Amino acid sequence: MTRLGVFICHCGKNIARTVDTEALREKAATLPHVVLAKDYLYLCSKPGQTMIADDIREHHLDRVLVAACSPRLHGKTFAQTAQRAGLNPYLLDMANIREQCSWVHIDGAEGTEKAFSIIKGGLGRLLYAEPLEPFQSPVTKRVLVIGGGIAGIQAALDIANSGYEVYLVEKLPSLGGHMAQLGETFPTLDCSSCILTPKMVEVSQNEHVHLLSYSEVTGIEGNIGQFQVTVRLRPRYVDETLCTGCGDCVPTCPVVVPNEFDQGLGARKAVYLPFPQAVPAVYTIDWDACLNTDKLIICENCYKNCEAGAINFLMEPQEKMFEVGAVVLATGYELMPVAHIGEYGGDGYEDVIDGLQFERMLSASGPTGGVVRRPSDGRIPQNVVFVQCSGSRDPEHGIPYCSKVCCMYTAKHALLYKHAVPDGQAYVFYIDIRAAGKGHEEFVQKVMSEERILYLRGKVSKIFKSGAKLVVWGADTLSGRQVEIEADLVVLAMAVIPSSGSQKLARTLHIASDLSGFFSEAHPKLRPLESNTDGIFLAGAAQFAKDITDTVSQATGAAGKALSLLANDFIKLEPTISGVEEGLCRGCGLCVSICPFGAVKMLPSTRTGAMVAGINPILCKGCGLCAAGCLSGAITLKGSSFKQIFAQLEEMV
Amino acid sequence: MKIILGNSHPQSLFAQRIEALSRQKLFACYQCGKCSSGCPMAESMDLLPNRVIREAQLNNEPALMSCRAVWFCSSCFACAVRCPKGIDIARIMEAVRTLQMMDGKSITEKPSCEDNGTLPQIALISHFRKFNM
Amino acid sequence: MSEGFRVAYFPGCTLKTDARDFESSALAVARALGIEVAELSRWNCCGTVYSLDAVNLMPRLASVHNLIRAEEEGFSEIMTLCSMCYNTLKQTNNLFTSKNNGLAAINDFLCLKPGYSGRVKIYHFLEFLREKIRPEQVKNLVVSPLDGVAVAPYYGCLLLRPKEIAIDDPEKPEILTPILSALGAKVIDFPLNNECCGAYQTAMHQEAVVRRTYRIINSAQSEGADMIAVSCPLCHYNLSALQGLVRSTHPGLKAMPILYFTEVMARAMGLDYRTGVRVIPQDVAAAEARLRPSPNDPGREAVK
Ligand SMILES: Cc1cc2nc3c(=O)[nH]c(=O)nc-3n(C[C@H](O)[C@H](O)[C@H](O)COP(=O)(O)OP(=O)(O)OC[C@H]3O[C@@H](n4cnc5c(N)ncnc54)[C@H](O)[C@@H]3O)c2cc1C
Ligand code: SF4
Ligand code: SF4
Repeated sequence: MTRLGVFICHCGKNIARTVDTEALREKAATLPHVVLAKDYLYLCSKPGQTMIADDIREHHLDRVLVAACSPRLHGKTFAQTAQRAGLNPYLLDMANIREQCSWVHIDGAEGTEKAFSIIKGGLGRLLYAEPLEPFQSPVTKRVLVIGGGIAGIQAALDIANSGYEVYLVEKLPSLGGHMAQLGETFPTLDCSSCILTPKMVEVSQNEHVHLLSYSEVTGIEGNIGQFQVTVRLRPRYVDETLCTGCGDCVPTCPVVVPNEFDQGLGARKAVYLPFPQAVPAVYTIDWDACLNTDKLIICENCYKNCEAGAINFLMEPQEKMFEVGAVVLATGYELMPVAHIGEYGGDGYEDVIDGLQFERMLSASGPTGGVVRRPSDGRIPQNVVFVQCSGSRDPEHGIPYCSKVCCMYTAKHALLYKHAVPDGQAYVFYIDIRAAGKGHEEFVQKVMSEERILYLRGKVSKIFKSGAKLVVWGADTLSGRQVEIEADLVVLAMAVIPSSGSQKLARTLHIASDLSGFFSEAHPKLRPLESNTDGIFLAGAAQFAKDITDTVSQATGAAGKALSLLANDFIKLEPTISGVEEGLCRGCGLCVSICPFGAVKMLPSTRTGAMVAGINPILCKGCGLCAAGCLSGAITLKGSSFKQIFAQLEEMV
Repeated sequence: MKIILGNSHPQSLFAQRIEALSRQKLFACYQCGKCSSGCPMAESMDLLPNRVIREAQLNNEPALMSCRAVWFCSSCFACAVRCPKGIDIARIMEAVRTLQMMDGKSITEKPSCEDNGTLPQIALISHFRKFNM
Repeated sequence: MSEGFRVAYFPGCTLKTDARDFESSALAVARALGIEVAELSRWNCCGTVYSLDAVNLMPRLASVHNLIRAEEEGFSEIMTLCSMCYNTLKQTNNLFTSKNNGLAAINDFLCLKPGYSGRVKIYHFLEFLREKIRPEQVKNLVVSPLDGVAVAPYYGCLLLRPKEIAIDDPEKPEILTPILSALGAKVIDFPLNNECCGAYQTAMHQEAVVRRTYRIINSAQSEGADMIAVSCPLCHYNLSALQGLVRSTHPGLKAMPILYFTEVMARAMGLDYRTGVRVIPQDVAAAEARLRPSPNDPGREAVK
């Protein structure tokens, strides 16, 4: 004989304002199988929970319905209450009479009526609920970190220093990411490479870190605790184990191409080290630029000059497979190409550059040796215009969001330019100054006042060439005047966008990204370090534009998340997943194509040998798509069976 | 002039009329000033285009009913194609012009063609279009 | 667009008066290219500059009448030469195809049955040339190539803005480049080629427009242009007729010939198109005459 208990929460006035909880309790008490109905001010409070637990025991309740808020909020709380009272937690269900009921109704009678039908539905569903037991899955104590910028380096170090193995995968020949390209960093003006290189060296020398540079993750299977990873190592045509980093191969290489690391401002050879402090300190042959092809070797200059015999034109791509328990995604950002903004000349003007190009000019190891020079004629620019929000905050043509770092680095650029060219003039066009970080506002104010930088409040409409100069059409909305500046150099603070290839990676990893293409966090407030797939964590600019301080904080946080996962030998998995009734399955395989997580496979039945659907309990997320799609009704989503859903609907309508 | 906002403020009626005539969202404008930066006629305007929108947001009827900027707008849409918020400023200029005309403030100066008689029709008729009801 | 290259053509007022050479040169070029141009048998002024008032439909009626006539004559497309006619007809027509459909209101107002269907397509001659004529076809017809003449195409506003009617990239228009290149010209891409000439303000605020004239011509000149090619009679007037006024404040500015792009084509193709009606200041005409006269250029007639 079923003994149902119904508990109705007032949630202070949140529910009680538009739902007559007392009347509701009286009506609920009359429903079949209900042996106890109560209402209470806050069921989630300690006394509220104790009351429920006591009542379960005292009244021998075997099924309990808590009519309160959304189970997303307090589902766990009440499941634990049930557990404490010795009731299988899957026999306690929640009826949400707050979010879609009391909050949206103004009229009390309507609200109460709707709450009653929600409760009736909940009870109907509960009658067919079955006790379920969570199950366990082992945790592989290794972590994959994708992206070797400061975020990836920091996360890898934190994990490795706790004694766990890390695979650090970087797609470029060297670690470092964008931080390696920066000259000095706001707001303290630390030399970027001076603080970064020690970390790059440390991570490469750490015995727990397997560094896979010039590589990309091409496949991930599995689930939290057990991800099977496939990485493709691109051929460097230089043997990593033999290369001494002497650089004797470079002088005789006949091919000169723009150096990506210098944002195209400098040049490099086809065989190259992207920058002097590169890690690993191993040369790479850019096969697209090299005169040789897979079929034909026509130049052997580097080969002849390499005493270590490290050059190998026949090197092939390799695949590496390994298993990890957690993944940290740290693939960073890119800048929107200048070509995107036609009114600023597209990419037609050499002396209109982006912020990273200016960083390379400011860097002592950059293509100009730290001297600010116009790319077109090498002259030192006397009038430099900085344009913030180039592409940012422009839902119509660019991206809708604020790129977050540009206000700060533009102030830094103006300051460093003034230090380099004291008699030069810098102008900054801005819409708003966003300097909300620690020491940021002080930094910007100092730049304005001490360096006498003219900040002009307005967005530039057009930039064009006139003779050797660039004409900038702007406005100063504070004085209400148009402004025209003849500039020698224009630096556009281009919008920060997700790194190219991150969409592909999101598909490989089965994780979501937001409208702008950044990886989505599981909850914007409360789970900012987790992706929506368990066991995959987010760090740095891959999640959203941010500065180095925030990147490092997030990376350490993501590492912490991974470590707390690795601290367990097993993880508990929810039993609310799909199950197949083999006898009903006709082997059509529709479910295999429906499942977005690859959890369904056709396997021979243990009883009949016929091919039937089998569900991998570790991969299944319990979304129920296969159950809804199965034409034979052979699949049931545990905890939300068809019986339960139909009973619920029947009671409600 | 001090602008008094609050209860004594007459329900932004003027701003609403501009919105109705132009079908543009006045409050989408975040005053970046890009429209003013590239406006070919701004040199002659007493209020820059972004200021026209600002005064409308402030419901500053006197300022807009007496502003001459709108009469200098050449409806070139340089502002509209570049506005990051997709606001068609030229339509807002036209709305203010229309409101001024409805108020009997139609520009009465004669076109300069009378002086030399060489203006092509396209100029004359456009002129009548823009400067009369 | 029309099969067999027969196109319905809407001239507009100015092409029948001040800009007669625009029309005659365009028709001559079209004929040479094997395009049959059929002028609408009845038409009226497009209404000129498109009204931006969202409430009052009256200013659109002139355009609507033309669209209805085109339909009555069995045309599903209309081609224009004048940029403003293109802009106004197209924006009016967009009123009926956009989400905010004004078709019913207009038809009710006009008490027309069946009324306008909203299905006529408007395009500019330049779009036709881009889509239907290969540059080689133009090249084959050139008899006196513009070798070395630096021509700066000027687009202004009406072909490019608002973006719903743009026939090319509003920030980097180049629809005239292949045509002018085919004529043998050196094409000058100057940065102010999409800037407003001041348009109808010429009738009211001439000083303001003269400043525009100066900037635009000066920009083209400093990029090395020998002449500017336009497609709008209003641009033509502001850039050409006002040059004298510019020189009173900027004496250094050299006279700059302003020609309709179709004139440039017709001259290189050796086509006779002169109507004798040209309103061009003396010095501009003189500068034009100084441009490498071509032996095949028929009738370099005196300037009115
Ligand atoms: C002009 C400019 C100046 C700046 N100045 C400052 C400053 O002064 N101070 C400050 O605090 N911040 C500054 N920043 C911000 C700073 O650059 C970022 O905060 C920081 O670089 C973010 O680090 P990250 O590791 O998240 O991303 P990145 O630096 O972008 O690193 C990502 C790494 O992942 C790799 N990667 C990408 N995709 C893949 C893939 N699919 N597989 C494998 N690897 C991949 C990339 O090659 C790269 O190495 C500046 C930014 C700009 C644009
Ligand atoms: S460009 Fe648009 S958003 Fe910027 S001030 Fe003008 S109307 Fe406002
Ligand atoms: S449409 Fe009017 S306000 Fe806008 S840029 Fe052109 S002239 Fe200025």
